[in-house]
Amino acid sequence: MIRIFKIALRNLMRYKRRTLLTSMLITLGVLMVILFSGLAGSFKAIMIGQITDSNLAQMQIHKKGYVSSIDTSPLNLTINQKGYKTLEKVFKENPDIEAYSPRIKLSAMLSNFKETTNVRLNAIDPKKEIKVCPNVSDRMKFSGSEIPDILLKQGEIIIPEKLAKGLKIKIGDPVVLVANNKDGSVNGLNFTVAGVIESLVGPQGKEGYMHIKDAQSLLRMEQPETIEIALRIKEFDKLDDVYTDLESALAEFKNKKGKPAFEIHTWETLSPFANIAKMIDFMTISMKLIMIAIVLISVLNVMMMSVYERVREIGTMSAIGTAPGKIMGLFLAEGLSLGFISTLVGNIIGIVGIYFLNIYKIPFAFGRNTIYLLSPTINLSELVWVTAIVLLISVFATLQPAYKASKMEPVDALGHV
Amino acid sequence: MALVQIDNVSRIYQTGEVQVKALQDVTLSIDEAAFVTFVGPSGSGKTTMLNLIGCLDKPTKGKVFIGKEQVDTFDRRQRAAFRGSTLGFIFQAFNLFQVLTAYENVEYPLVMIKNESISKRKEKVLKVLESVGMLDQKDKFPDQLSGGQKQRIAVARALVTQPKLVLADEPTANLDKKSAVNVIRLMRNMRDEFKTTFIFSTHDPGVMKEAEVIHTLEDGKLV
Ligand SMILES: Nc1ncnc2c1ncn2[C@@H]1O[C@H](COP(=O)(O)OP(=O)(O)OP(=O)(O)O)[C@@H](O)[C@H]1O
Ligand SMILES: [Mg+2]
Repeated sequence: MIRIFKIALRNLMRYKRRTLLTSMLITLGVLMVILFSGLAGSFKAIMIGQITDSNLAQMQIHKKGYVSSIDTSPLNLTINQKGYKTLEKVFKENPDIEAYSPRIKLSAMLSNFKETTNVRLNAIDPKKEIKVCPNVSDRMKFSGSEIPDILLKQGEIIIPEKLAKGLKIKIGDPVVLVANNKDGSVNGLNFTVAGVIESLVGPQGKEGYMHIKDAQSLLRMEQPETIEIALRIKEFDKLDDVYTDLESALAEFKNKKGKPAFEIHTWETLSPFANIAKMIDFMTISMKLIMIAIVLISVLNVMMMSVYERVREIGTMSAIGTAPGKIMGLFLAEGLSLGFISTLVGNIIGIVGIYFLNIYKIPFAFGRNTIYLLSPTINLSELVWVTAIVLLISVFATLQPAYKASKMEPVDALGHV
Repeated sequence: MALVQIDNVSRIYQTGEVQVKALQDVTLSIDEAAFVTFVGPSGSGKTTMLNLIGCLDKPTKGKVFIGKEQVDTFDRRQRAAFRGSTLGFIFQAFNLFQVLTAYENVEYPLVMIKNESISKRKEKVLKVLESVGMLDQKDKFPDQLSGGQKQRIAVARALVTQPKLVLADEPTANLDKKSAVNVIRLMRNMRDEFKTTFIFSTHDPGVMKEAEVIHTLEDGKLV
């Protein structure tokens, strides 16, 4: 076995330039996959983190039918206290859930006593919200440079920065919020502007924040009601599994008509960025396919040439009694070695490349002012996967030439010049 | 006792419409430890004969026995195994493996065909290299050796597995007169030393002289 690989390596060294060229091509393919999936993975992770950790959350639960009519912020599709308690029980029984946070989404009229404008608000329980969206305060500005511990108290409101500029509202100013209640009546309450928030692209990106208890009194809810429950799970990778679990758990609960009472969505169905994430995945797969094509074509080409050039040698091996399987093995070992050395080099350069990309971070802007730094990572399973694929394809590409070599009749092969 | 028994053998090549009778109803036997040559004009069937004895080809008609085995009935795999275990080959163009050193070339059949242990291998290779007088050249690659030296290594490679029979189709055709005679004498010495049967073909009268039995072929027939 060792001898077979020794002969294979020497045969590869026989045509140094050709081997080097092919090897470089494969190395390049491997490198491309490693760097691209590292960078794209990092980009995707930042984007998803940005979306899920600052305002959307990883999953949301609503009363059935809410999401399809989300644009009108309907107030009749609320989860009452009993429903909320039932859901809390479900969350507590599920070990994968890290935190949950009740929200009320509403639109209201905001007035600075001179002008009035429309504003969309996300009413939250700050302590719970921070656990579900740890970066909720990232886009917020307060009077001091520090972020208040509890984000906002009752009676306080955080309004979109653009709106604050338009209405010339400063932090600390009093404002009035007027909102339509479920029954069509109107109610108004006084608030103090505690901070401003920078807008974000995507849904729920232009909302202001207020306390959920204030929203409940503004909307004159007799008992605490909720519109939305945001969820965070312990391991983001398990999102799909947890989603499936919760979906079936929620299906148990029926309304009076016997239809499902709740609906659950992951960030993917709530954010248009999910399509970009899918596109990134698709591109990563394309890169891998290109790599496979490169390996397949270049190894096949080199090994076909090798067999053709060595017909007489194959004839000699066969004539002196080398078993056809051994001859096949020799060529397979050659193709495998070529693939192995190339991926090894590709992996090493790839790891070094990723390491340097992590030192000299690549900045990119998302949203308005925030600069994110890509810190590409590559996990071991990805490296193993790429290596395994290249080895497999190398062997696969060598099969036909190797088989051809093993089938040569010694008399014909020896007569070949 | 006869080692090789050729029984009424014909070998007919069919290329399209044309039939070439390379060998016609040949019967002969070759004794163990004989030093035999096939001679004859070009196209007379020497290579065909050696290929049949060497289990590289099958007769169209007739039987070929080597030792107790009737080899003309063997399939491809059996022929390969038989060649590896019982026969040795020396080629006109030496056919050494370029990527292996002289030592490794001689060792090749022991590793790739016979699967022998390292210690046994080393002993055998060194012994046969010494017999052919190439011990001091053992670490050279084929392209660092002269034609005569290459053929000595080829002789060593053919003998290292201790075959019953060594076949050599025009082993001296690519050598100058002096080396040619030297290689044939080496082969005869090896026959003396190992009791191996040698069968070779040649055009060269100087080489022919060295043989003990001469079979002459003409138009596929023994004369
Ligand atoms: N593969 C083949 N297909 C068709 N005809 C063949 C084939 N091999 C040999 N022949 C024919 O068989 C006859 C005998 O050929 P062979 O090679 O045995 O002669 P030879 O005595 O070895 O000649 P030389 O001295 O030139 O090597 C020749 O007429 C040759 O043309
Ligand atoms: Mg011939």
